Amino acid sequence: MTVNQLSIFIENKSGTLVKVLKTLKDEGIQLIASTIADTAEYGICRIICSSPAKAYEVLKAAGVAVSLCDVFAIELDDEPGRAADAIELFSREGISIAYLYSFLLGGKGVLIFRTDNAEKATKVILDNKLKYFEEKDLSKLA
Amino acid sequence: MSSSEFYNPEFEALSRAEIENLQLERLQHTVEHCYAGSRFYHERLDSIGIKPSSITSLDDLRKIPFTTKQDLRDTYPFGIASVPLSKCVRLHSSSGTTGNPTVVLHTQRDLEQWANAVARCLYMVGCRPEDVFQNTSGYGMFTGGLGFQYGAERLGMLTVPAAAGNTLRQLKFFKDFRTTVVHAIPSYAARLYEVMCEQGIDPRRDLALKTLVIGAEPHSEDTRKRIENMLGVKAYNSFGMSEMCGPGVAFECKEQNGLHIWEDYYIVEIVNPDTLEPVPDGEVGELVLTTINREAMPLLRYRTRDLTRILPGDCPCGRQHKRLDRMKGRSDDMIILKGVNIFPIQIETILMQFKELASDYLITLETLDDNDAMTVEVELSDMFIDDYGALQRLEKEITRQLRDEILITPKVRLVPKGSLPKSEGKAVRVKDLRKQYQ
Repeated sequence: MTVNQLSIFIENKSGTLVKVLKTLKDEGIQLIASTIADTAEYGICRIICSSPAKAYEVLKAAGVAVSLCDVFAIELDDEPGRAADAIELFSREGISIAYLYSFLLGGKGVLIFRTDNAEKATKVILDNKLKYFEEKDLSKLA
Repeated sequence: MSSSEFYNPEFEALSRAEIENLQLERLQHTVEHCYAGSRFYHERLDSIGIKPSSITSLDDLRKIPFTTKQDLRDTYPFGIASVPLSKCVRLHSSSGTTGNPTVVLHTQRDLEQWANAVARCLYMVGCRPEDVFQNTSGYGMFTGGLGFQYGAERLGMLTVPAAAGNTLRQLKFFKDFRTTVVHAIPSYAARLYEVMCEQGIDPRRDLALKTLVIGAEPHSEDTRKRIENMLGVKAYNSFGMSEMCGPGVAFECKEQNGLHIWEDYYIVEIVNPDTLEPVPDGEVGELVLTTINREAMPLLRYRTRDLTRILPGDCPCGRQHKRLDRMKGRSDDMIILKGVNIFPIQIETILMQFKELASDYLITLETLDDNDAMTVEVELSDMFIDDYGALQRLEKEITRQLRDEILITPKVRLVPKGSLPKSEGKAVRVKDLRKQYQ
């Protein structure tokens, strides 16, 4: 129910993002989804990509401050209100969402998020029989 | 100039030959006193086969080894003193918790002589008992507080120990007490003006200020001129260091051209910091001072690490006491910021305790809106956190620990690993963009 996400520390300076993306490009790694929030001095670039373990190695070798972590990935039907329903399940259990982003992949809605309590979140997903993705599912779709 | 301008005419009006005679007499006495009272100096002089009686001329001073800040640390806390602690009445200590601080002890006589020196400095720039003196310097261990307090009282001025900060209250005191003389670090003088403008106070119209004493923070001639124009005052440069006592070591006279160092208190040498050989007057080198008017803790040939030069020629004010030029920098890596002495190693020691950080960092000093500021950029290590909140907490915690160590709040910036500049493989630690040493 979790997928690998790269988290990359990006200084707010022109050229730093290009370096990261070019490193991935040179290795033939495909982006599936990415997000950066804006802060004054630095950002965290979060990337879901075709081969995260390899991406992690090449970025590290290129001197990029990067970590590989597990984030939840659940599938949503492509109709209005599904995200609200899903998030409410977590909220009801007192679980906070640290960050969240979503994208469409092969016609399916994917919700990526991290919570403050992975154990409880796992239980919510299982108890409510939410559809989820594993790492291998994503690379198949990509 | 008439001798009524002198606070201590018996010392200030001495001729060169008279100064040197007095210096030799006081040097001989000091070396005897150190040899008899200080184990440190006794052993050191014995180790090179020198007895107090070996000092028969001022040139003989050069037989004595230098004393360094490291010596003070190695003998922490009281090991260099020349009198028993029971004779001491005051202790000042440097800031910082990294390694041993330096401790300076004073007897009652030392405090009196110190107050006299500060009073002499203030009198020299026109301060008189009718004046009202407000001290915006921090009190406590920082010698600019009590040092000026006692000196100003000795001179007979009404003295306002306002201490640091609370700018609105400082301005209220200026107004209500008709303050005429202010002691401030240069960046705070600029801050005072800024707040005056915000409050609609015109210093020339609303206040009685006429003299500003600026020290503890190196500054350029341009900065002095600007401060003088802003506040409508004459600003005089003050030089001191806690190892010598504090303020009152050297001070500008009304000529504002070099700081007279009181040669009845100190013997001045300027040496090449690499060869440690003396350099001729007019040439820049490291200031080395020998105290010849102290009891508790005389220092022989103390390497101050400040770079300056002796201004050649006579001063029109009539004093034969040599003049030091503005400080030109440091021969070590010490940073002077807002009157606080900071060594990069203090910052490094704190940073290295964070496992989230890599080993490179860069300290940038710059003047922003007339205020000196420090930014510390630190590289994140690979152990990385995927969370903005955690990054901000990390920044805050680093800031807090640095402030506790260096007593100044730096701006901490996290940067990616490998992004800080390196020169020839050796990391550049300090970038000073201030225009202080011009």
